[in-house]
Amino acid sequence: MNTRIATAAVLSSALALAACQKKAPEELPPPPEDVTATTPTTTTPAGPTVGSMEHFLAAVGQMNTVVYFDTDRYNIDAEDSAKLQRQAQYFSQYPSVTFTIEGHTDERGTREYNLALGERRANAAKNYLVSVGIPASRIRTVSYGKERPVALGSNESAWAQNRRAATVTIN
Amino acid sequence: MKCLALIPLALFAAPLAAQNQDLGEPMQEGQAVETIAEESGLTGSVSFEGNLDDLGIAIPAFATDRDVATPANANGTAALGVELARVITSNLRNNGLFKPTGPDSLPTPAFANITSPNWATWSTRGAEMLVHGYVRARSDNRLTVGCYLYDMALQDRLVAEGWVVAPADWRRAAHKCADLVYARLTGESPFFDSRIAYIAETGPKDNRTKRLAIMDSDGANHRFITTGRSTALTPRYSPDYRQLVYLSYVDGNPRIYVYDIGTGRQTLVTQSDNPTFAPRWSPDGRYILYSMAVGGNTDIYRVSANGGRSERLTDAPGIDIGGSFSPDGSKIVFESDRSGSQQIYVMDADGSNQRRLSFFGGRSATPEWSPRGDQIAFTHIAGDFNVAVMNPSGRGFRKLTRGWQDEAPTWAPNGRIIQFFRTERNSGRTSLWQVDLTGENERKLPTPVDASDPAWGPILP
Repeated sequence: MNTRIATAAVLSSALALAACQKKAPEELPPPPEDVTATTPTTTTPAGPTVGSMEHFLAAVGQMNTVVYFDTDRYNIDAEDSAKLQRQAQYFSQYPSVTFTIEGHTDERGTREYNLALGERRANAAKNYLVSVGIPASRIRTVSYGKERPVALGSNESAWAQNRRAATVTIN
Repeated sequence: MKCLALIPLALFAAPLAAQNQDLGEPMQEGQAVETIAEESGLTGSVSFEGNLDDLGIAIPAFATDRDVATPANANGTAALGVELARVITSNLRNNGLFKPTGPDSLPTPAFANITSPNWATWSTRGAEMLVHGYVRARSDNRLTVGCYLYDMALQDRLVAEGWVVAPADWRRAAHKCADLVYARLTGESPFFDSRIAYIAETGPKDNRTKRLAIMDSDGANHRFITTGRSTALTPRYSPDYRQLVYLSYVDGNPRIYVYDIGTGRQTLVTQSDNPTFAPRWSPDGRYILYSMAVGGNTDIYRVSANGGRSERLTDAPGIDIGGSFSPDGSKIVFESDRSGSQQIYVMDADGSNQRRLSFFGGRSATPEWSPRGDQIAFTHIAGDFNVAVMNPSGRGFRKLTRGWQDEAPTWAPNGRIIQFFRTERNSGRTSLWQVDLTGENERKLPTPVDASDPAWGPILP
């Protein structure tokens, strides 16, 4: 596992350290200036509300909100950890934001096992975020198993898109 | 790092009131059926010695002593007699075992001939067996239905029985008669007079509505339990038909609920914020098995059906899920990926002596112990998903179906027919199917909409 490197990477950023301050996170809504300063992808001047899904997507980029898994696997590979680090930066920057990680599977598994597998995937992503400093109390996991596919075909490409853990903000 | 472990927030606990949001109106289920002795019980042995598939059975309309009004049929008891014979005919025909001929192509016997058939009328019709019956309206508004099975070659009665039913339960008398005929001719236990819980599915593949529904074994008396606002999955009838356990997302999370059919109320199987899956009853109805994921690790638990403390039965890292009791309650067959892929294991009911049963290549999942104890049905995954059986020692593997994705087998109460659901490639459409233990007789069960997760209850009291 490369969690140690990842931990160091995130901890080294001033953003993560902000979460170490003694004040309760709810009292620290980051000023809007920070948004534009640290998230260059945000271009809309008015901008969506901090913590909204729109804001989260704009800040980390759509592709970084979903990690993908191999068949029957739940390990976080290098590509996944890069995405999760990008998410961690966001959640460190906005410590009042709570979020859900949805675990999903492809359709080529039995229904009950897939519910458990989706939960395991959501937890793998959650554990990674916790390991780089995001409090577990801010992260909810839910498994949908194979019940909510995004790609509708019955082929390898569709299945690969459906084996995923998607991060969704709650605020 | 330690400074980041902030105060846990109770953000995600859903209000208790949310539990009932997805439920329709409760409805009283039917009453028990009283069995009465007809003039004689079992007599001669069956003369027919060929293949049961070729056994012709004539089932003319049931006679009535007096054609009177009944709440069971707008046209009176004579019309009800025709309906009874039709239900029996379709029960037997759909089972694929016999060649039944129904009342629509047969003359109607006189009431007096029910106990002494006019053999000459039936001997020219090529049927080896003859079913006669009657229906009589009682003064208390209930119905008496008699059922007689005759062997044409012997010109003798093989078996007879009668039942007193409420008018609303008239179909049950027909199922009891079909069960009597089936059991007498095959030597197997009955199964028609039983109910099925399943998940009714509608809508596109990426936004399916999944509702808990119940129906008679032939699809009649269909009724939805949940409204479809939340996804419902994997139901199981309690052995006394009073409760259903199933998974619901009603509070946003996958959790197992115990739904009481009479009161329409439901409770969580266990008070925990962790997701719970895969509920199963013990054969005596005293325990519920369920699986719970804690930190992504799923294990199997057992809890009293009345609630209370749960007992954890597995502790392997990875996913231990499902679990189905042997009929005597002493063992549990379950699924685990501790070896690296889904395989079937067996353990004692207290969780001890866990050992792997499935060594068939590919993966093996969703084991269900037959109510007769002699077979375990499961989903075998080797490219396609198919329903298969093995014996309880892990031998005698037989694949019974050939679909692209057939999964989640459950047993008919007599342990001779297996039900499962089939998913179509690409469209994702689902349907219920039945297959017998030979794998030769496979049929689609008619449902009002797409359907999955069928679960058979026992024979009704």
